Amino acid sequence: MLLFRLKRTFKLGIKSLWMHRLRSTLTTLGIIFGVSSVIAMLAIGEGASQQAQEQIARLGSLNIIVKTVKPLDEQESTTQEMSMNQYGLTYTDAERFRNSIPDVQVVVPSRRVSQQVRYRNRKVSTEILGTVPWYTDISPIQMLRGRFLSSVDMHHKQGICVVDEQVVTELFAFDDPLGQDIKIASDYYRVVGIVNHDEPVKGGNGLSGNVSAAPSGGGANVGTIYIPLTTVKDRFGEVSIQVSGSSGANIEKVELQEIVVKVSSVNEVLRTRGVLETLLERFHKKNDYQVVVPLELLQQAKDFARIFSIVLGSIAAISLLVGGIGIMNIMLATVSERTREIGIRRALGAKKRDIVLQFLSETLLLTLTGGILGIVLGTAIPFFVTYFSKHPTTVTGGSLVLAFGISAAVGITFGLYPAYRAANMDPIESLRHE
Amino acid sequence: MIQQVNKTVDIDSGTPILVMEQLCKSYYPGAVELKVLRDIELTITRGEYVAIMGPSGSGKSTLLNMIGCLDRPTRGSYTLGGNNVSMLDDDQLSLIRGSHIGFVFQSFNLIDQLNVVENIEIPMYYQGFSEHDSMARAAELASMVGLGDRVGHRPSELSGGQQQRVAIARALANDPLIILADEPTGNLDSESGADILTILDRLHDEGKTIIVVTHDDNIAAHAERVIHLLDGRVRRQEYKNR
Repeated sequence: MLLFRLKRTFKLGIKSLWMHRLRSTLTTLGIIFGVSSVIAMLAIGEGASQQAQEQIARLGSLNIIVKTVKPLDEQESTTQEMSMNQYGLTYTDAERFRNSIPDVQVVVPSRRVSQQVRYRNRKVSTEILGTVPWYTDISPIQMLRGRFLSSVDMHHKQGICVVDEQVVTELFAFDDPLGQDIKIASDYYRVVGIVNHDEPVKGGNGLSGNVSAAPSGGGANVGTIYIPLTTVKDRFGEVSIQVSGSSGANIEKVELQEIVVKVSSVNEVLRTRGVLETLLERFHKKNDYQVVVPLELLQQAKDFARIFSIVLGSIAAISLLVGGIGIMNIMLATVSERTREIGIRRALGAKKRDIVLQFLSETLLLTLTGGILGIVLGTAIPFFVTYFSKHPTTVTGGSLVLAFGISAAVGITFGLYPAYRAANMDPIESLRHE
Repeated sequence: MIQQVNKTVDIDSGTPILVMEQLCKSYYPGAVELKVLRDIELTITRGEYVAIMGPSGSGKSTLLNMIGCLDRPTRGSYTLGGNNVSMLDDDQLSLIRGSHIGFVFQSFNLIDQLNVVENIEIPMYYQGFSEHDSMARAAELASMVGLGDRVGHRPSELSGGQQQRVAIARALANDPLIILADEPTGNLDSESGADILTILDRLHDEGKTIIVVTHDDNIAAHAERVIHLLDGRVRRQEYKNR
């Protein structure tokens, strides 16, 4: 019965709104834009935050990453001649980490070199990562086929390598990569395993930060090849020569680009980081290292994402509020325009409640229609943003519910007062109204 | 909601359906009491055709609002179909208006965005009839006033006389105790006006109770009884035999 009544009330509402199509459309636009901006902005914020969190999570929340950074050159003037510049993390550092910190599970030292790789007549520029067999403990890479580096390889400084999928697609057209020899620099290496591709983390806080010792290959490296650290040390050496402009060469010696320390539990991360820093401070007078704690980054990223969402959400909510005020304005105008109709209905037996319901249903119709169209538009906008700007966006179900809920709340909030005004008009006065 | 309103009045012709005793209505526009109706004593029986006349300022409109349950008396009592109107709250007044009074206004007062049947159906809608029943009855009433072929038209597409006929059909929708017409021919040309009066006569012949508020003697001539108001009092009543 009540449902029946409501259905009729809404039917009547549609009829009245249809009478003033332009006005209804314009009023609804406010809500449409409000709702769609809430959804779109939250989607963009969520997308950014998810991307950041994914990247950081790939670094491993139990890991502490110590990276070599080139110290700011304080004696740039002496570079007229050849100068030897030794800096960065050393094997001794890795050894110290392993021996002096109790909570450490694994210590993974690694070196990175950019190199051209050849297989038959194909050539590709890749990143060579010299590392240890337990690298897999700190990295999200997965073995696809074959095996990873082993301690025997390490011991014998074997000329073997593990390649990732990208290298496979670039180098081996139809051949099975396993067991093939590829040429890196002047030596041949046998492929013993294939791993999936680990997208290097962007933004300078990642594992693959450009290291000065590597020849600048223009950043166009494709894929990664994993080689035993001992082999890399043996064959590529630790000294690199950089020709710096016209004024001669710069010789640098870097032992390790990176040491990743993994602890046993999240609680240990910050404490271990403190110990690491104390150790490093003692032995590195030059400021030639950087400690990255993914867990902290993750926390920061989450905090930032939250603030970002709050800011975007508030801006959007304000636009919804403005839309709501617009609706109230129109409904007040409608009510005074239809004073006579209200009087007629009251004379013919309408209770105050009936009048409230009638006008409230019209406001609700406007806002809910706006809400639905806003959801459609609001999910379309992030889609286009992603399509055109490649910026990731995520429309969450929660934001849809939130936006629709807000639009309904706006409808009720801003609809109640005009409806209440309408219901409380004096029937005699309103019948007389011209 | 408790519907304490006596909706089924089953009384024979000749029994009083409307009784006003010492009814007063005052307004307080300023500090001074403005007495619009003073000690109105009025009894109207079922099936009567009554005209209420009087110059402007005589309290005609206020009495009309009072009869139509749009307003409550300041003092005295008003009983309509067994309900003491002065004791009813707003919702009950709405209910009693919808079920006992059939309003016919000077300016028709149809709702523009609704068509003929939908306008006729309004009183039934507020009494909670199902859409199916009320629409059927509305269509029936439309043909009764000769607008069976115009049910889908909007008021703006009808002539004044046709609009007033829609209003009469609407007034009949809930089979009210009283048809209360306020200058029903005031906005019509004489021909349409005569039409409307004929319809009212016919309704009277069918046993409906009709109260017409007017200052037009020609209309009053149709009534069996004419009540003359002056300065808020019933000045005199004349009975006629038609």
